[in-house]
Amino acid sequence: MNEPAPETPAARTVPPRLALWNVTKRYPGVIANDDVCLDVMPGEIHAVLGENGAGKSTLMKIIYGAVHADKGHLIWNGREVHIANPAAARHLGIGMVFQHFQLFETLTVVENIALALEGKFDLKALALRVTEVSAKYGLPLDPHRLVHSLSVGERQRVEIVRCLLQNPQLLILDEPTSVLTPQAVRRLFGTLRQLASEGVSILYISHKLHEIQELCDRATVMRGGRVTGEAIPAQETSASLARMMIGRDLPVCVSPPFAGEQTPVMEVAGLCYTNEDPCCASLFDVSLTLNAGEVLGIAGISGNGQAELLAALSGEILSAADAIRIEGKPVGRLDAGHRRDAGLAFVPEERLGRGAVPAMSLTRNAMLTAHRQAGMCRHGLLRFDAARSFAERCIARFDVRCGGTETLARSLSGGNLQKFIVGREVMQNPKVMIVAQPTWGVDVGASAALRQTLINISRTGVGVLVISEELEELFEICDRIAVLAGGRLSEAVPKDQTDAERIGLLMAGNGLVAETL
Amino acid sequence: MMIDSLVPILAGTLAAATPLIFAGLGELVAEKSGVINLGVEGMMLIGAVAGFAAALSWGTSAGLLFGAFAGALAALPFAFLTLSLGANQSASGLATTIFGIGLSAFIGQFYVSHALPGMKALAIPGLAHIPLLGPVLFNQPPVVYLAFVIYGALAWMLARTRWGLVLRAVGESPEAAHAIGYPVLAIRYGAVCFGGAMAGLGGAYLSTIYTPLWVENMVAGRGWIAVALVVFAAWKPTRLMFGACLFGGMTILQLQAQGFGLAVPSQLLSAVPYLATILVLMAISRDRKKLQLNLPASLGKPFVPGE
Repeated sequence: MNEPAPETPAARTVPPRLALWNVTKRYPGVIANDDVCLDVMPGEIHAVLGENGAGKSTLMKIIYGAVHADKGHLIWNGREVHIANPAAARHLGIGMVFQHFQLFETLTVVENIALALEGKFDLKALALRVTEVSAKYGLPLDPHRLVHSLSVGERQRVEIVRCLLQNPQLLILDEPTSVLTPQAVRRLFGTLRQLASEGVSILYISHKLHEIQELCDRATVMRGGRVTGEAIPAQETSASLARMMIGRDLPVCVSPPFAGEQTPVMEVAGLCYTNEDPCCASLFDVSLTLNAGEVLGIAGISGNGQAELLAALSGEILSAADAIRIEGKPVGRLDAGHRRDAGLAFVPEERLGRGAVPAMSLTRNAMLTAHRQAGMCRHGLLRFDAARSFAERCIARFDVRCGGTETLARSLSGGNLQKFIVGREVMQNPKVMIVAQPTWGVDVGASAALRQTLINISRTGVGVLVISEELEELFEICDRIAVLAGGRLSEAVPKDQTDAERIGLLMAGNGLVAETL
Repeated sequence: MMIDSLVPILAGTLAAATPLIFAGLGELVAEKSGVINLGVEGMMLIGAVAGFAAALSWGTSAGLLFGAFAGALAALPFAFLTLSLGANQSASGLATTIFGIGLSAFIGQFYVSHALPGMKALAIPGLAHIPLLGPVLFNQPPVVYLAFVIYGALAWMLARTRWGLVLRAVGESPEAAHAIGYPVLAIRYGAVCFGGAMAGLGGAYLSTIYTPLWVENMVAGRGWIAVALVVFAAWKPTRLMFGACLFGGMTILQLQAQGFGLAVPSQLLSAVPYLATILVLMAISRDRKKLQLNLPASLGKPFVPGE
């Protein structure tokens, strides 16, 4: 099903700002974009909706000149163009706000912006223009701050202001809200609407349905590299958009009540950590209680102490003995291995490299943490047959789609590898399970399965702690939610006594920070 | 009387510091772009022998020029290995040093026992007659002034110009620099070759002016000190100048001490400048937070443009 792009331009009096005709891009073994057509009118906010791996990012890189299409045409304001590189795209008037910000941490805001601009090198004059533009579009910025001291929302403002100073006619935003608080999202939308009213076209890439319904005039939906539909989001329901995006209904999780006794399985009290690196966060007096049978969520934007808290809990950073207790036993001075002996399971954020060794088979990856299991290790020697059968059971029980136990970890898709890693930890019968960003970069189907797995394991009497940037995810699976902001952890509140709005204020640091102005 | 004995010590300090200033500033530029080149010692030696050979035929200035050129040339294989092929920078740098030691010894065997006239001091009119400062600062061979001019120009360019900003940006995040359209590898090639040229110039200064003789392995670890200076100076040109002068001063002082016949083995005394320089700079740079801010974040990591 292709949209009828090629004949539409003639039918309108104004040519589209940008039209893509039959764009195809192949990578070895995969077609990232298959015959994609798309057009954006001047002043239109156009959504590109699709799951991870649907080919949205590749398409945007083609428009921005970072990747070249194998086939197809790019029509810019009615004329066919070839965009050789990002500089050429900028010359045409295309600006891009990257999902992973392309900023230099040890340089100031104005220096970062100067790097992307041509013309006379005059930081003083530029700083004035930055202040002017940021005031005009409601993007408060201090041009002389160092980027590493900025919050994620502020960094995104730097990226946007950097684009705006180039007077773009088309602004591409790649998953811009994935790291923003709900309040910051609203402010961003205000800015985008103002830009659109001035005639700037906006390509808005996202997989978040409600945002697209709120903001966008039109949407092009992609799945598996192909365009599966075009819609006017305001006239669709979330369910109908989801069907276009994933090809079936959006799966939902069920969380039954916990029947057993809610006893604390992990207690953290007064946990502190001072980071030597000024670019990273420290922890200040973090306390929490994790009960058996519950999923406790920690919301917050990465960089607010998430990595440090995880390292302190997993045992990569040691702390005072009493700061962390598992089932009453002080474990603060124990290393990661001994904490696992005490009943801790840990699924880190980076799947390849920390959760699993990319170049090792699933059997060997299973052994890395499960070797403590009875039977897998005898007289200090490893037993591969036991490990293999462990991996087999894990693959079968958690529906890991792969070529068997000897498949290399790196050849699995993100979702399947995550299922395997979570499964490996679950099968070790932990008392406490810590999971970081459980569904980051995972498709909708596998995400739902993973979330359900976490709920189910908690209902067997395990305490599950989830650290995630995705608020929707936390509200879906958690019983209580706390917020980690600026290295401080708020009190955990039952899910039904709070909402995204209040959590968002906490994420911005109790609403005291400029973030909420 | 006091001043009379101070002048040669201070003037000697500058003379001894000059090769470190050259090599250190060059390495600083390379490291600011994110490439750590441990081949400074080798490039200095190649510069020294090439400069000496050229100076014998065409005079000292030509020797310096030729030394710089040879140093840049010696940096090219390193640049190709680490930048184009993504090889490990430490290993490639060590190989460059070993190669430089061998090659310079091989070529240098033909130049042992030749002598050069050196370079006459150029007194700057008016300034050279200021008491103490005049003879120390303004009555030096022109190449010493050149070291200070290059320092000033580099410090200004790094801090104030687009060129310096781009260099720092490339060293901070080559991925981001690439994404906004800068030719990361070309910039790093330039920085590494500049580093090689400066190391070569420093080496040529040693063989054609400072000694001025060719002796095998005559750079004697100054290349390593230059590398260490850059790190301990926290990638700041001014602190690097201070470290280089400290090293120069200690070199002269320990020579004087040896002259007085101090009852300490001369080998130990010779080690003093190296030790003192590192210790002082370590003490200055012990604030890890500040160090992190100046450290080029991509230092030593290969960068492959594209995916």
